[in-house]
Amino acid sequence: MSTPAETGAPLASPVPITAGDNTPRVKVEQASYAYAATGKSAPKFTLGPASFEARQREIVAILGPNASGKSTLLTLLAGLAKPLSGRVEVDGTEVSKLDIRARAQRIALVQQESELLFPLRVWEYVLQGRYPHGRRLRFESEEDCLMAGNALSQVGADALRDRWMDELSGGEKQRVILARALAQRPSLLLLDEPTQHLDIGGKVELLRRLRKLADESRYTVLVVTHELNLAAEFSDRIILLHKGKCLRVGTPAEVYERDLLGEVFEAPLEVEMRPNGRPRVILQGSR
Amino acid sequence: MRPLTPRRVFLICLGLCGVLFVAVVISLRLGAYPVSVADIVMTLFNATVHRWDQIPPDFQSIILNIRLPRILLGILVGAALSTAGGGFQALLRNPLADPYVLGVSSGAALGAIISLVVAPHTPGLIQAAAFAGAVATITAVYFLGRRGGQLDSATLLLAGIVTASFLSAAIMFLMTTLSGRDLRGMAFWLMGDLSSPAALDLKWLYFLLVIAVGSIYTTSSDLNLILTGEQEAHHLGVNVHRVKLVVYVASSVLTGLAVSVSGSIGYVGLLVPHVIRMMFGTDYRVLIPASAIGGAILIVVADTLARTVVAPTELPVGAMTAIAGAPVFIYLMRRRVR
Repeated sequence: MSTPAETGAPLASPVPITAGDNTPRVKVEQASYAYAATGKSAPKFTLGPASFEARQREIVAILGPNASGKSTLLTLLAGLAKPLSGRVEVDGTEVSKLDIRARAQRIALVQQESELLFPLRVWEYVLQGRYPHGRRLRFESEEDCLMAGNALSQVGADALRDRWMDELSGGEKQRVILARALAQRPSLLLLDEPTQHLDIGGKVELLRRLRKLADESRYTVLVVTHELNLAAEFSDRIILLHKGKCLRVGTPAEVYERDLLGEVFEAPLEVEMRPNGRPRVILQGSR
Repeated sequence: MRPLTPRRVFLICLGLCGVLFVAVVISLRLGAYPVSVADIVMTLFNATVHRWDQIPPDFQSIILNIRLPRILLGILVGAALSTAGGGFQALLRNPLADPYVLGVSSGAALGAIISLVVAPHTPGLIQAAAFAGAVATITAVYFLGRRGGQLDSATLLLAGIVTASFLSAAIMFLMTTLSGRDLRGMAFWLMGDLSSPAALDLKWLYFLLVIAVGSIYTTSSDLNLILTGEQEAHHLGVNVHRVKLVVYVASSVLTGLAVSVSGSIGYVGLLVPHVIRMMFGTDYRVLIPASAIGGAILIVVADTLARTVVAPTELPVGAMTAIAGAPVFIYLMRRRVR
């Protein structure tokens, strides 16, 4: 079944390719990282120096095959690891130097949800996003409830607020997880393969919502994804990684070259340009 | 959207304290020598205002010297074990975690017995040794329960059961080979008992209880987030390592404290937090104080039954809690498997 992106139907709001304001919100300068089994052993995986910027209202997609360094880059952006060299800055502050709570006030990381140990209502889950904004032992204020309610509205999940988390469908759950991240009131939203367990309708809906959030609420959104066509449709900028190297950074049209993508993904791919200026990837011989 | 408020926590705790008071009065009333409620209230009142000459010698002996210390000990043990259970459940992200099931109680008991063998009359040593035994056991179970670098629920439980069985065997071995020493009976260490012959300084034990329960309570907002996943909690700004250390040490202190004065009373830490969750929700800001009071109620009731159901013979209080707790454990395990 062909996706809406493949059929050429308009998906994203008609925004210019580089819609962001000029001040970079995220600035990555020659950031590198290496994983090792122990402190003294040779690195098992190395992420070579990467440099790019992302502005508010921009969606940046991080693409690459498995083990290319996408999640490692996301870890550096989230401040969960310190770069071996270089710097990662959010709003002018080096992320790895931020206190854990200050970091959670600026950066929200959305990953696949772990299994909940005990049942939780949707509103209780979303209220957890307010944790970084108060004392350690805290009771939620009216402002917290308002923020959580707004976050639910932003993802169109008002009707779900009294449902149990384990009763939600994949798409509904993804929206609620996103709402918890929005309740943090971050400036930077990081999403690690958010479309992984969604059907095509759910994928498109989620990315449309992210586009709207970026456009209307000035979020900077960085998404790790394997969805080449959806990334081309909804992103302002693409970061292409391969074997721990940052191969290219640019608009989808700049990054999506047949030979480059074919080499990176080790598949016979064709790239064609659509009338809206965004590329589309097709498997060679698929038509 | 009705978030938890301090007022709601206070009202829940107040209600549970009322139930505990009723349980205490009933427990004071029942026994080989029945005492009326009016006499109990008068005796307690006179004792509170230090009018000792107004208290009949019989009541002074039965109520104040025999039944009340035993009840106060039960409250301490119940509060300690159920709070430790709630702590371990969050720490290990396992709803079946309980100091007894995980073998932590047996580790504390073994530590206490060894201290009695090595230096029987050193003040505070038995509690310290029980704490050390609890810490060593939970550390061993934690590492045995890991598979592929991750804490595995089923492996953790198996590790706990095997460790408990091993430690119980070690306790039996020590009890058998060292018979004649002042070690108390095997039933005390394996099944638990509140008829403590030694004059315990409850004041210090209660001080430790308040510090340990209070320490866990300070992490209750963090524990709510850790229950949804450690990584998520970390991303939301929780210092997961600090919280785990606090809960780990405080839960071990509570287990060591309870076992050193009452032996291994099982299932309290499993039963009470689950009943509290069913009644008042899963939020640790209410679960911790409510479990502490709920645990106290359970032990006071269980000990009263243990003293009275087959009177004049006394059952170990652990037998009563196991009768109630084992079916709950099986129910929870089956529900989880499904």
